Amino acid sequence: MKRFGMPALIGISFLICIVPSWLGWFSNYIQFIITLIGINIILTVSLNLINGYMGEFSVGHAAFMGVGAYTSSLLTVYLLTENPFFGKAILPEELSILIFPISLLIGGVAAAIFSLLIAIPSFRTRGDYLAIVTLAVNFIFKSSIENIDAIGGPRGFMGMGKVVKAMDNLVSFPWLIFWTFLIVVFSIFIIRNFVNSTMGKSIIAIRDDEIASELMTVNTRWLKIVAFMLSCGLAGMAGGLHAHTVTFINPSSYFILQSTYILVMVYLGGMGSLSGSVISAVLFTILLEMLRPLDVWRWVATPLLLIILMLFRPTGIMGSRELLDVFPKLKKYFSSLQERLTNAFIKS
Amino acid sequence: MTLDFFIQNFINAMQWGSFLALIAVGYTLVYGVLLLINFAHGDIFMVGAYTGYFIGTFLTNNFEIKLPFDLPGWVVIPVTIVATMFITALVGVAIERIAYRPLRNRGAHRLYLVITALMFGLLLEYGNLALLGASDRQFPNLFDKIIYSIGGITVTNIKIYVILLSFLIMGILWWIVQKTRWGMAMRAISYDRLAVPLMGISVDQIILFTFVLGSSMAALAGIMYGTAFPILRFNMGMLVGWQAFIAAVVGGIGSIRGAMVGGYILGFTQIFVAAFLPSTYRDLIAFVVLLLILAIKPTGLFGVPRRTKV
Amino acid sequence: MPLLKVDKLTHYFGGLRSVDNFNLELSENELVGLIGPNGAGKSTVFNLVCGLYRPSEGSITFNGHNLIGRYPHQITSLGIGRTFQNIRLWNELSVIDNLRIAHFSQIDYKLLDSLFFTGRLVRDEQKVTQEAMDLLDKFNLVPYVNELPRNLPYGIQRRVEICRALVMKPSLLLLDEPAAGMNQGEIGELINLVRWVKDEFKVTVWIIEHQMRVIMNICERIQVLDFGSIIAEGTPKEIRDNPLVIKAYLGEEVT
Repeated sequence: MKRFGMPALIGISFLICIVPSWLGWFSNYIQFIITLIGINIILTVSLNLINGYMGEFSVGHAAFMGVGAYTSSLLTVYLLTENPFFGKAILPEELSILIFPISLLIGGVAAAIFSLLIAIPSFRTRGDYLAIVTLAVNFIFKSSIENIDAIGGPRGFMGMGKVVKAMDNLVSFPWLIFWTFLIVVFSIFIIRNFVNSTMGKSIIAIRDDEIASELMTVNTRWLKIVAFMLSCGLAGMAGGLHAHTVTFINPSSYFILQSTYILVMVYLGGMGSLSGSVISAVLFTILLEMLRPLDVWRWVATPLLLIILMLFRPTGIMGSRELLDVFPKLKKYFSSLQERLTNAFIKS
Repeated sequence: MTLDFFIQNFINAMQWGSFLALIAVGYTLVYGVLLLINFAHGDIFMVGAYTGYFIGTFLTNNFEIKLPFDLPGWVVIPVTIVATMFITALVGVAIERIAYRPLRNRGAHRLYLVITALMFGLLLEYGNLALLGASDRQFPNLFDKIIYSIGGITVTNIKIYVILLSFLIMGILWWIVQKTRWGMAMRAISYDRLAVPLMGISVDQIILFTFVLGSSMAALAGIMYGTAFPILRFNMGMLVGWQAFIAAVVGGIGSIRGAMVGGYILGFTQIFVAAFLPSTYRDLIAFVVLLLILAIKPTGLFGVPRRTKV
Repeated sequence: MPLLKVDKLTHYFGGLRSVDNFNLELSENELVGLIGPNGAGKSTVFNLVCGLYRPSEGSITFNGHNLIGRYPHQITSLGIGRTFQNIRLWNELSVIDNLRIAHFSQIDYKLLDSLFFTGRLVRDEQKVTQEAMDLLDKFNLVPYVNELPRNLPYGIQRRVEICRALVMKPSLLLLDEPAAGMNQGEIGELINLVRWVKDEFKVTVWIIEHQMRVIMNICERIQVLDFGSIIAEGTPKEIRDNPLVIKAYLGEEVT
């Protein structure tokens, strides 16, 4: 029974998200919001790895998201659709169901490779160095795309709608929600495993005392780069999903404002709390949607609400705790490997 | 490249660099004292420009509410500058009081302060958009524009004022930080934040002073920016502010000399890139140069690496 | 062959020569002390050996490996454990996690194992936990496994830190002022602990200490450092009677 806590949770949320969409009980708008929530969860959870667990300060998550968004959209649009950018489709539409997830994966890999270029010089010194470099990355990404006229430059890129449509024509199924759901589960799964293993937990040690970590045999430089690439790769996959959800992207979609939103969700949830990240991504996305009638004032109300929230809860919603620390009774269903091992030893 | 062309761009770069340097100083002052990247600072610059716009428009009798008499230029200019600096400083201090100080006192993680700063930046920016609308504003003419042409070079008196005034102000700032009691206390805090309270200096007052200084510099930059490029937009704070922040970093954040030099370096890079390549490449190359500088010298040009005792 | 051989080690902080021509040979299972007034450069010597600073001149050889130019984590993985003057446990991680993470260089699984929760990960984590628990058991620290270090009494924190330094199965243990901040009773316990660690784990102990009681009691050999250079070397008794040492500690004699 204890071992099935996680699969049960995943199964239930799968049913809640996908079946009603499949049966058409959810309007397109609600489906859109669900996808957006999923994307934001991936972004928040992945950035939490760097800004929360590792205690570094990356402000360029949107740029890595953008790399993934452009890579995967270019791929699907180039391969599957007739479009003003590349002309005729190369592969038949029927392959869209297969190509789409592959393109997401390639988008993630592209973002991870891009992040490696950033990470190698960035992690030589500590402090706010990464913040500065990643801030510059926002500008560099936006400027670079704006200067590539072949993919629309500042006017943006589109055609992903056709790809999504092609998938739907083939098999009527909420494909976007489905893949978003899978990647959300995948992100949470690997990050949770990582930070609960001796190897991954060492990033918390780095946050706590980097010199002590290095002297206790932790290869801090390697670990930081690996964590950064992991995080940015997930952001790239989220970007691919985002591009196919909104069906029109331009370089400004993945600029500082988007980076700021991801940061806000991370700190709102709490540094180093996965469940906090999930909760805050859900709340924040819904809040933004609910404030939509306010029009321009939405952009005033959101930061204002957050400032007030920070004043009352300066550690975010969850602090560094997990939901399980709040409900200790549930703990036995979801405890991590290390906790189980330790407890087994204490008992014996 | 002809000499004329070079000098023309040189003067433009000096002017653009002056704005960046004045704003960058504000970032670096706060960072030196609080180790806080005050991301709201760019929008304080925007507040400065808009405050200058309202006061200037009012005093030159171009506002809806009119004065019963016309004021001469030698009254309008200093009053606009001083009042704008004062009001902008108030905004800066208010942010520190409302948001940063309570968080600091509750022992919040440093990065939560940074996020709050980001939020305040957005609040100011979109507050402006919501209140004043998306339309551009025309900054009043405080100076009559005179154009000098020497050979192929054209220089306006405004450019010369901007450059000279920036140098003067930065000189004064340098003097305040190096020679006055307050300035010394500021520097002392950035060296050792535990010892200063022991020396009978109130840290809160110094922080306040830092925000006053940084915000009034930004206000001044705002007025000068408005005079030189008289179109104001709600998001100008973000566009210029981020670049000034980068300039502060190139110089070595926390170092005042560094912020000034960094401002001019970034200014020169951007103007000269734009002179030779399509202007869309401006940011791209400027930021690549920044990364290169940081790759060679990670603490910036004048930054001192902090060494932790083991 | 000596376990650790430090030869003509010299290091500058800016223009200041903080360590000047430092020489040392440590054999296996020795207990050697390094003493000297505040600021004499003792911790700097440790940091040079661990690779935190790069020496300006000189060579350091450990077990036949040249240590110069290696990263600290590589050096300590070779079998050098160390503790810190001001205890540097990871305060946001439990005691058991502190010990587990010090196993970093010993875990066999790869990154992908840790991401995808493979059998290899489970096996390895079990091994790591087993080793950590055994070690904690030897130090009588099992009741504290799930505590955060900052919530523990000072003496316990010291014990945890020494315990953590033994995780990497060191043949050389560097103790940086382990008795700092302890009362006389705790110092007595510490003396026994260090002796026990040396015998139980077959390590060479190199210790920096201010408390003469510790140094004189346990060290077989003592070096005295002042202004970065060695001014005296010998058995505790020789050091106690050395006029140069007395002068360095007490200043010029008043005549």
